[in-house]
Amino acid sequence: MFPELSPGPQLLPGPRRSPKADTGALATHQTSIGTGYDLANSIFSPDGRNFQVEYAVKAVENGGTSIGIRCKDGVVLAVEKVITSKLLKQSANKRIATVDRHLGVVYSGMVPDGRHFVDRSRDEARAWRDTFKTPIPTADLASRMGGYMQAYTLYQSVRPFGITAIVGGFDSELEAPVDGEVGNGPSVGAGGKNPDKKYGGPFLYMIEPSGLYWGYYGAATGKGRQAAKAELEKLDLAGTGALTLEEAVKEAARIIYVAHDDSKDKEFELEMSWISGAGGPTKGKHQEVPKALREEAERLAKKSLQDDDDEDEEKKEDDKMEE
Amino acid sequence: MDHRPQAWGRPRDDVYGAYDASYLQTSGPKNATQSPVVTGTSVIALKFKDGVVMAADNLASYGSLARFTDVKRLRVFLDSSVIGFGGDVSDMQYLDRHLNELAIDEAYDNDPSAAPSDGTSPPGTLNAANLHKYLQKLMYKRRNDFDPLWNQLLVAGLDADAKPYLASIDLRGTAFTSPTLATGFGSALAQPIMRRYASTEEQAASRTREEAIEVAKECMKVLYYRDARSLDRYSIAVVTKEGVELKQDELLERQSWAFAERIRGYGTQTV
Repeated sequence: MFPELSPGPQLLPGPRRSPKADTGALATHQTSIGTGYDLANSIFSPDGRNFQVEYAVKAVENGGTSIGIRCKDGVVLAVEKVITSKLLKQSANKRIATVDRHLGVVYSGMVPDGRHFVDRSRDEARAWRDTFKTPIPTADLASRMGGYMQAYTLYQSVRPFGITAIVGGFDSELEAPVDGEVGNGPSVGAGGKNPDKKYGGPFLYMIEPSGLYWGYYGAATGKGRQAAKAELEKLDLAGTGALTLEEAVKEAARIIYVAHDDSKDKEFELEMSWISGAGGPTKGKHQEVPKALREEAERLAKKSLQDDDDEDEEKKEDDKMEE
Repeated sequence: MDHRPQAWGRPRDDVYGAYDASYLQTSGPKNATQSPVVTGTSVIALKFKDGVVMAADNLASYGSLARFTDVKRLRVFLDSSVIGFGGDVSDMQYLDRHLNELAIDEAYDNDPSAAPSDGTSPPGTLNAANLHKYLQKLMYKRRNDFDPLWNQLLVAGLDADAKPYLASIDLRGTAFTSPTLATGFGSALAQPIMRRYASTEEQAASRTREEAIEVAKECMKVLYYRDARSLDRYSIAVVTKEGVELKQDELLERQSWAFAERIRGYGTQTV
């Protein structure tokens, strides 16, 4: 009466596997097309990858280059703002955003995703102030935003962020007043601080679409990241002879210019911001780099590119002479 | 017995009588703050040709007790305006936090480093005149909610044309401007002295910074002599195009209490 169950080939529940994947083509060709594992978030491929996140990284790799430099007395953020239309007003439509007084964010990739990232960062910074009556440390903002981006890799209903964000901040090295406090408290006593320890300072974090974040001396993302990273590695950012903030501004401008490929890319505008300590030029605040300094940095950047080109040509000529 | 779900877990009416809900006022005005608790006394301010000087002592009183002697009642907003708070100190802290949020919001879209060099604020930034209007609306709204913030505020800075600006707001949202202003006891004790210095805008516009500071210090001294809720430690701020110069730990100089010996007729004295 009951038909006997014939031993079918796919009786056990499990991910749909294509013959291609079975033959190991996935591993050798690094492709996910047709396997089905790239169709939704929150599904791992059998070799442990989340393809949606990897595609999001591709979106970042198409965006204008952003970099961040952490030097001894501050942080510089810079972005290559690609001009998509001649009808856009110059130096309007800022790409670097202020999140709290002492915090700035720049990102490469899908700009609307970046805008949402900034909105959320501002909410986090404000919530921190409401709760603790003190500015959010850069590390804590990076942690919270890293967690937020990671949450967008977990669910079928959402897609990951198409951005990599660089978060720069200067945590006050001074005794920070609690928001709205009155008086200075007792004039004697340590106030819970170790006099020998250094508090605050410049911080730089980069958060990727997977939610991964690390602290960096120099960070680069977007189209020109390879060239930018190579340049950043040449700088002495960790050592004792570390860069000053103003030198870092000039380096940042130069790196954006180096990372830009004139022959392939559209025209761009350089946008830069900086954050110093209370004793520095921005008095602990995240601000746009003043026009005069930015223009000077751009002039030097163009000059250094020119010099490199000249050297190359000289070399070529020398080679010819030898022949 | 009442078995309706509404009655579950409640004292039984047949045992304890009906619940008296009359204390849960369902109509009538809200019983919010009806008097201040910890208070600051007078704030004084006067214009001069390039800006405004403001001063207030560092005392927060708990009734007649000099409770906190290190309370800074002058607050800087966006490095370009100063607000002086008289009245309730907790409401001052609330306002200070609120203004701090406002200042951070301002920084999202406006870059102070992009400001024009002529001293005028870049379009879109909150100057002292804007700030005063904002606070006036805030205070009036709270009054209409029957939950006023128990303060009188002085706002000093520059207006949109980079001219000195000074104005006052009280807990009802009443707002006005004048070349010299004082809150609380100061309106009776300091205002006459300041009006001798400048009773009109024209006179204020001919006065120098040094003269203004001198008069402010004189007023603070008179207030300390006469106002029983005052202190000889005070803060003084000078706002000009160049920004705000704030000193928070000044001490009244050249006091003379010799006259006190001759005073008769107070307290338990009989002769």
